Amino acid sequence: MRFEDEPVPGYPLPILPGHTSPGRLERVLRAGAFAVTTELDPPDSADPEDVYRRARIFDGCVDAINATDGSGANCHMSSLAVCALLTRLGYAPVMQISCRDRNRIAIQGDILGGAAMGVCNMLCLTGDFVSAGDHPQARPVFDLDCMTLLEIGRGLRDGHRFQSGRKVTFAPRVFFGAAENPFAPPFDWRPFRLAKKVAAGAQFIQTQYCYDVPRLSQFMRKVDDLGLLDRVFILVGVGPLRSAKAAEWMRSHVPGVHIPDAIVARMAGAANPPAEGRRLCIELIQEIREIRGVAGVHVMAYRQEEAVAEVIADSGVLAGRVPWHPGRDRDPRHEETAS
Amino acid sequence: MYAVRRWSVRHARGLEACYALFERALGVLHPVLARVGYRRFEKPVAAVEKTVKGFLFDCRMCGQCVLGETGMSCPMNCPKNLRNGPCGGVRASGHCEVAPEMMCVWVDAVAGSRRMRAGDRALHAVQFAVDRRLEGRSSWLAAARSRAGAES
Repeated sequence: MRFEDEPVPGYPLPILPGHTSPGRLERVLRAGAFAVTTELDPPDSADPEDVYRRARIFDGCVDAINATDGSGANCHMSSLAVCALLTRLGYAPVMQISCRDRNRIAIQGDILGGAAMGVCNMLCLTGDFVSAGDHPQARPVFDLDCMTLLEIGRGLRDGHRFQSGRKVTFAPRVFFGAAENPFAPPFDWRPFRLAKKVAAGAQFIQTQYCYDVPRLSQFMRKVDDLGLLDRVFILVGVGPLRSAKAAEWMRSHVPGVHIPDAIVARMAGAANPPAEGRRLCIELIQEIREIRGVAGVHVMAYRQEEAVAEVIADSGVLAGRVPWHPGRDRDPRHEETAS
Repeated sequence: MYAVRRWSVRHARGLEACYALFERALGVLHPVLARVGYRRFEKPVAAVEKTVKGFLFDCRMCGQCVLGETGMSCPMNCPKNLRNGPCGGVRASGHCEVAPEMMCVWVDAVAGSRRMRAGDRALHAVQFAVDRRLEGRSSWLAAARSRAGAES
């Protein structure tokens, strides 16, 4: 998909009627295409080339790249900085904002700063607790939670005001997202929590890893019953498993990850576990895309980022579409235009 | 105390009725409270409130009590201070991701609110960001005052 009004890389797209951001991710979703997002593992370094090298791996297979904000409460390059680097080249980053490390004064400043640097998508998260990471001795902040963060972000964008009521002269034009985990208790309350996030201002959702499609279908049916599907784009989290051991480790150590025993058993019985993990991921994507209301997938392939291109290509979800990447439009093979 | 806190959630309905009576009594006392000045009562009432609610709910005295909307499970006991529902890390058993020996305060909140008169409807409202200036102050007096203000 190539937009008619494709700007010079690093410059914003015009904002279409009904859109809130000048970004590609909102364009792709509102155009009805099946969107693919992924996650960049932020470097433990101050070298911008480390960021670019990690982003290039995804060229041509994703619509947006999430920059995590100290994910798992581990220290890395900040999400704001990763995003600011990525927008220089024209990439569409999703800036993750966690409430764990900063209070409302810092966060509102980052929303303005991110938008000024061309960040069009922001994902509002509560964040993992400090004890999950490499600095358990740090002070947890949690001045806001994801819900109040969404409200404050929307107030900045639509109300042109800080939470204090003070005016903002140029509002951040941002597509706001949130996370949801349909695979954690209390299960019957999860769809209502999603409704709450939509009420607070979430326009798109990226879910936790999905390895349990029946549970997801159940969740999506309820979300549909609540009339939320017209108001929010849901991208379901997926990821290739490396081995049965990795699956076992993930489900016992990563908060909120649910992997059914059958999946672990399948990985344990595989002759080539990494290949089996990718095959499983492709099957999951193909099943998930058939569920009513799924607008895309969010591929989290921590430490196997090279697998994303293969998984997305083999799943066929892009249907021949080539998401923008630096240099795409100089390639004569991708000449088709879409509005 | 954790066991008392769990008991309170199981008896959310009864506690709700008790509080309704108590709030009515405070309403009757409003003219007196207003004449002497709410400010003068702040310290002693806050001390009593801290003791009573500390015993029943492990109250943290955030000063903007939402127990009536959270099934009598205090959300400030959540390590992340979540006031709008459970995080994505709740364990399959319903326990907290951070403190595994503790039941998720939001799993309790959902159960507790279903025992209350209005059901879990109150859980669906988005709660505002906490005003940290109110920490340590009495929610009871604030509620009595705003109720009297709304009525007059």
